[in-house]
Amino acid sequence: MSDTPVLADVIAVACAEAWRGDGEIFASGMGVMQMLGARLARATFEPDLMISDGEAFFIAGDLPIGGTDKVVEGWIPFRSVFDTVAGGRRHVMMGASQIDRYGNTNIANIGPWAKPKSQLLGVRGGPGNTVNNATSFFIPKHQTAVFVPVVDMVSGVGYDRAKKVGGFIAQRHDLRRVITNLGVFDFNTPDHAMRLVTLHPGVSLDDVVSNTGFELVIPDEMLISRGPTAQESAAINIIDPKGLRLREIAS
Amino acid sequence: MRNKLISETQAIASLESGMTLGIGGWGSRRKPMSLVRALLRSDVTDLTVVSYGGPDVGLLCAAGKVKKLVYAFVSLDSIALEPHFRIARQSGTIPEPVEWDEGMLQWALFAASLRLPFLPTRAGLGSGVMDVNPTLKTINSPYADAEELLAVPALRLDAAFVHMNRADSRGNAQYLGPDLYFDDLFLGACEPGRRFVSAEKIIATQDLLKEGTFHTLKINRSMVDGVIHAPNGAHFTTCEPDYGRDEAFQKAYVDAARDPETWKAFSARFLSGDESSYQEQVVLWRAEVKAAQEAKK
Repeated sequence: MSDTPVLADVIAVACAEAWRGDGEIFASGMGVMQMLGARLARATFEPDLMISDGEAFFIAGDLPIGGTDKVVEGWIPFRSVFDTVAGGRRHVMMGASQIDRYGNTNIANIGPWAKPKSQLLGVRGGPGNTVNNATSFFIPKHQTAVFVPVVDMVSGVGYDRAKKVGGFIAQRHDLRRVITNLGVFDFNTPDHAMRLVTLHPGVSLDDVVSNTGFELVIPDEMLISRGPTAQESAAINIIDPKGLRLREIAS
Repeated sequence: MRNKLISETQAIASLESGMTLGIGGWGSRRKPMSLVRALLRSDVTDLTVVSYGGPDVGLLCAAGKVKKLVYAFVSLDSIALEPHFRIARQSGTIPEPVEWDEGMLQWALFAASLRLPFLPTRAGLGSGVMDVNPTLKTINSPYADAEELLAVPALRLDAAFVHMNRADSRGNAQYLGPDLYFDDLFLGACEPGRRFVSAEKIIATQDLLKEGTFHTLKINRSMVDGVIHAPNGAHFTTCEPDYGRDEAFQKAYVDAARDPETWKAFSARFLSGDESSYQEQVVLWRAEVKAAQEAKK
């Protein structure tokens, strides 16, 4: 294929790839691209994943985002979500307003916590998620205001802090992937500093470096994020028939 | 046999300034809004509020009634950020914000409901929650693993509000929607005397299994002191399956919060009168919106 794939589809595939190999666990996506990724992974290469409707039910089948024609296969009210988190049988993909080199993230507030310049959601379940189950992040706009040297409030625990806590948390701490509009990143380095994995088609290394406020680990060989296979394209169109992804990701 | 039916006003009359109040529901879902609205009209203030926060927290912050707020988030769900909560935090008008992980709130309420001093968890360790809550303590497992865990302190409540779909006059209550949230724990964590359940419909005890299975009867009368008949009482939040969220009204609420003048007008119209006046104004407002839409066509 010589055609360059649509960026939103490349990102959908990159999000789905985060769950590859996870098997029969709860794949939880907070946001449109995250949900699309989880459902795409299950529809294609990871068929045993458990997917929720974002309310209180596990759904079987390829339910379109926002769709109501649900085949319910289980009940997952908030209390059961918390149990599943603590039990580690979940991989969540969240958003982040700030992230640093070791994957500390912030969805709580911008500016000092005591009197924020901008109050956002609060830490929500971020602290529990990041010390209990696998966590990935999708960030729609890769920029230095988001990729910062130090986050203003740690709502999600990064590798350096998990190491300091030690014990069970340090051993099991598992931040998988960070997917942005520019590329895919992980923490598979000796000290778990963030590493560039792939650049999305048409993105240069300089685009990434100049929009990141800390030093990234750069691989020797530059790989490009893949577009969807024919099977994945078909699944994307079933899960997101209205093209919500195109509104999330400006090409 | 006690008949526990009371009005919102009677429930609020038992509250005192400085109390700790737990509010059930989640975000903008099945919130006991008629009780919150009644509280807004009262002199009760300096409250410690514990909530999976939505417009309940926003309204109480806007009214300056919150001294201490225990929260993990405050959100309107379909609109991510709660405008009054943001204003309050950004202007520093909540004297004692206490920000915890969602699971810590559950644990604190569960500990209180079991009369335990604390419950251990990993949620919170290593995060900013430990930085901004210096009084939180950890405890080492007394077993061979010796793991250091966060000891979430019990949060005992002086008063609790939850909203249910159905209840009988004795306080047996039923949720018919997809999620109980943590409403049973709010009631369990509360000292007897001010545990209030509002409900869409008050029904006879023998009718409790007509609309839902026995699994929906998680709130029994030993957990409840007062029952309030509150049709549309969760408005504008969800109360599935009786009604969904009034998204248009929620948007109007958010728009009104943008400016002190528009908020004053919104408040005067919807929040200055009693609950029946609120419900009447909502009906009139809907008719106005509809008329304006038709005029545009």
